[in-house]
Amino acid sequence: MISGIFHTTYEQDMALRTSHAQKIRLAILILLLLAFPFFANRYALTLANQIGIAVIGAIGLNILVGYTGQISLGQGGFMAIGAYTAGILSARMGIPWWASTLIACFATAGIGALFGIPSLRLKGLYLAIATLAAQEIILWVVTHWKVVTGGVDALVVPNPELFGLRMNNDFNFYWLVWALVIIVTLATVNLFRSHYGRAFTAIRDQDIAASVMGVDLFKYKLLAFAISSFLVGLAGALTAHYRSIVTWERFTIDVSVLYLAMIIIGGLGRVTGSYLGAIFMTLLPVVLSNLGRALKGVFPVFEALVPFIQQAAFGLVIILFLVFEPEGLNKIWKNIKDYFRLWPFSY
Amino acid sequence: MDLFIQLTLTGLTSGAILALAALGFVLIYKSSDVINFAQGEFLLIGAYVTYAMVGQLGLHWTIGMALTVAVSVGLGVLVERLVLRPMIGEPIISVIMVTIGLSSLLKAIASMIWGNTPQAFPPFIPSTPVKILGATIGQDRLWAIVVAFVLLGAFTFFFRRSREGIAMRAVADDQQASLSMGISVKKIFAWAWSIAAATAAIGGALVANIVGVGPELSHFGLRVFPVVILGGLDSIPGAIIGGLIIGLLEQYTGGYLGNGLNQVLPFVALIVILMIRPTGLFGQERIERV
Repeated sequence: MISGIFHTTYEQDMALRTSHAQKIRLAILILLLLAFPFFANRYALTLANQIGIAVIGAIGLNILVGYTGQISLGQGGFMAIGAYTAGILSARMGIPWWASTLIACFATAGIGALFGIPSLRLKGLYLAIATLAAQEIILWVVTHWKVVTGGVDALVVPNPELFGLRMNNDFNFYWLVWALVIIVTLATVNLFRSHYGRAFTAIRDQDIAASVMGVDLFKYKLLAFAISSFLVGLAGALTAHYRSIVTWERFTIDVSVLYLAMIIIGGLGRVTGSYLGAIFMTLLPVVLSNLGRALKGVFPVFEALVPFIQQAAFGLVIILFLVFEPEGLNKIWKNIKDYFRLWPFSY
Repeated sequence: MDLFIQLTLTGLTSGAILALAALGFVLIYKSSDVINFAQGEFLLIGAYVTYAMVGQLGLHWTIGMALTVAVSVGLGVLVERLVLRPMIGEPIISVIMVTIGLSSLLKAIASMIWGNTPQAFPPFIPSTPVKILGATIGQDRLWAIVVAFVLLGAFTFFFRRSREGIAMRAVADDQQASLSMGISVKKIFAWAWSIAAATAAIGGALVANIVGVGPELSHFGLRVFPVVILGGLDSIPGAIIGGLIIGLLEQYTGGYLGNGLNQVLPFVALIVILMIRPTGLFGQERIERV
């Protein structure tokens, strides 16, 4: 039985995974990810792609909210910037998808940092309200700046192409999305092992103490907004390329709330939490509508009520998690691991 | 000039409705430091319950209104007890999210019971137009101003004179000190939530009387933010004045500039106010600066 993790070499100290159990779990996970598209049907692949995009967006939001402690209700607006920038560049100017995605990421990072400026003066709920205003303003610009965004009409985006392979089906897109998910995950995990990441967590835990210790609040808060928005913009740009259609309805305040729910239910300030939350919140409505179809024979009313039940379940899940397990699914996962690690003497 | 008077009147009346929605919001923030994202849903539920009492059951509107207020008080107490009390001492993000979750749940429950399509409201306040200075305005809209100011007066009296009101102010100021003076903080929170739900219900009934009752009434939950930030998050007169100013701002921009600017300008104003004077016009200077 392990009684602790002891590093004896620098290589061990630098490694992301130290114990055998961790390495085995990671290997199994990667194998599953690689094998999944060959066994899954189209619907499952669609869900997997949606989850992949959601994971990227959730990690982005988690960097800002979970790690740096800056509450943002502007996720939907920032995703809209990523999606519309990528969409417009690819659809109207014929720029290849990877270039438009990259430009979209940087554009979102810039605008994110711009809307992060109020965070220098505002904390907590005042910042939440300011980002809420940012969300409303961005979405208003998107729906009213007709010359550029096309207003409320849908924007059609061509399918991306990679190595001569058109990403017009879920199977091809799966590899693209999940490759990006893995890159983003590695980058984020390593970010929080660098002095930048430690500065972010210092700001979250006590901003005044952080500034006393030499963390430049102005620089690092804006940087947190920029890095977070970069990933959120990536999620938005991927949404545009994946759906091949961009509409403003996909980026309302409900999306901001959905992503906040993901990271809270998954676990704030944990990359694993972003995964678990994204999976949970993407699958919850799917499971409920399947349940509605399954119970059609028994309770015919149930199926008609499914949209409302989905909405109610969404609210209820948030409340229940916050009341009973504020640390989210990540904590539950940790408890399960601890249980089996000490099994059969789990007390 | 006619347009100006018309816009001013409409602005003041719709501002009064915004103020009514903001009142409960401010009340909750004042006593418990909680930002209530479910305020719009309280309004929605209030409107629907009034609709059920007056429209579906055919009660007289006085009885219907009284029952609606009673139901709202119950809802407020229930919400405080089940959802907000476990959140005491939790970080702000949790408190914000729990009210967001609550708003989603309440909206879904309302849609399950009353459906998703807007319904005509049984008018209990006549909407016959009145001519004032050459401008015409629905009578029901004028009532909104009256109700807003009556409630403002009632609340001012409540907070200055009544035992519970003073206790509420004490809790807002310092929870520990109030506890040591024998004030039950839990009871005060329950008071705040039930009063907030009741004012929202009255506001909801008034709005429903003007525009009908449907799920989009919950949009008021977001529209109160510019109002409360302008007036000051913890100021009751601020909610009224802020409501009137934002109402006028919306009408003037809508009338003179058009192009949907009236939807976004309040939020631009919100950010500007936050940057210049986060406490708003009448808020207490106790914001933490970074």
